Amino acid sequence: MHELAITQSVVDAIVERTGPTRVTTVRLVIGRLSGVVPESVRFCFDVVTAGTPLAGAALTIDEPAGRARCRRCGAEFVADDVLVLCGCGCADVAVDGGDDLRIASVGLMPAAEAS
Amino acid sequence: MCETCGCDDPAAAPRLTSFPADAGAAGRSGRELLLEQRVLAKNDEQAGQTRQRLAARNVLAVNLMSSPGSGKTTLLERTVRDLAGQWPLAVVEGDQESVRDAERIRAEGVPVVQVNTGRGCHLDADMVDRALRALDPPAEAVVFVENVGNLVCPALFDLGEGVRVVLTSVTEGEDKPLKYPHMFAKADLVLLTKCDLVPYLAVDVDHCMGLIRRINPAVDVLTLSGLHLPAGAPGAEPEPGLAAWYAWLRARRPRPDARPRAGAAGRV
Repeated sequence: MHELAITQSVVDAIVERTGPTRVTTVRLVIGRLSGVVPESVRFCFDVVTAGTPLAGAALTIDEPAGRARCRRCGAEFVADDVLVLCGCGCADVAVDGGDDLRIASVGLMPAAEAS
Repeated sequence: MCETCGCDDPAAAPRLTSFPADAGAAGRSGRELLLEQRVLAKNDEQAGQTRQRLAARNVLAVNLMSSPGSGKTTLLERTVRDLAGQWPLAVVEGDQESVRDAERIRAEGVPVVQVNTGRGCHLDADMVDRALRALDPPAEAVVFVENVGNLVCPALFDLGEGVRVVLTSVTEGEDKPLKYPHMFAKADLVLLTKCDLVPYLAVDVDHCMGLIRRINPAVDVLTLSGLHLPAGAPGAEPEPGLAAWYAWLRARRPRPDARPRAGAAGRV
C-alpha cells in the first residue's frame, strides 16, 4: 500500500513548511497516470494526519488526465491509461503528463482562530 | 497489504465528492499557501544523491523488481556465483520480514545487507542509502538491490539505481504487463523467467512479449529457463539466457571491462 507512504510524505512535507500552524485544507494533484489511487490517499489521510497540525483538514484532489502523442501519425489525445492506442491503430505512443504527484497548496487557519 | 485500502483494485474505489467549499472558505478566512511541491521530492532528492555517489565510484546499482516468487533471489544466487571474481559484488535484500534471502546470498560468499520494511511494501531511497553505507561497495562494484516482491508499489520509488530490471515468470500468466503497466513502463530490462515450463502451461509467451513492448517499446527483453530446477536435474544446465543477462549487465557498467587491444597500453 504505497498510498500510506505517499500520504505520510505529504504530511511530512507540509509540516516541514508550515510548522505548528493549523492546516485547514490541503489540495493535492494526483495525475491519472501517476500510479497512485486518490481514493486510497483519502482513506489514509485521516489516519496519517491524526495528532498533527493537519488533523481535520479538508482534502481536495485534482486528477488531471495524461496527454499522449502518436509517434507514427503525430496525433495528440487524452490518455487515462498507461496502455494507450492511437486512433490510427498504432501502439507506439508517447505519454506526456498526467503523472503529477504534488502538493498544490494548503489553507492555514488565521492566527486569531488558532488556540 | 494492499487489501487494506484496495489500492490495487481501482474498480473498488468509488469517486468521492471533494470539498471545494472548504477550500474556498480557507481562502477567505485564512491564508492560502501555495506549495507546488512534488510529494516524492524528498525520496527523489535522496535517490539523486545516491546516484551521484555511486557514479563517482563507477558502481552499477541494479533494482530488481517482480511479484513474490518470480525468481529474483534464485537468479541472484546464480548470478553472484557466476560473476564472483569477475567484478566486486554486493547485494541489498528487501523483504517485509525475515533474513532468509540475505542468508541465501551470504551462503554464496557475497556481502549482503537485509532491509526489513515491516509493514512497508517497497524499498525507498532512504532505506537503500542506509544499506549502501553499511555495505560500502568498492569502486567498479555491481550492487543488486532486490526490492520487496510486489508489482505495484516499488514502481513509484526511485532508489538511485542505474538500471531497473523487472522479472515476470511464465507461471504468472501472460497478462501481468497489462495488469501492472506502471512497473513495466519504467523497466530497462524485462526478464521472462521459468520459460522451461512453457510446454506445461496454457500461457502465450508471444502475447506476453507483445504486451511488454506495447507498454514500453524501448525495453530489452530476455528469457531465462531452468534456474528453479535442482542442480543436476535435466534442463537445469546449460542456460544460454544467463550469458545474455551477464552481457546486458556488462554493457551497463559505468566502466566496461577493459579489453586491452594488442600493443595498447592499459588505462589506469
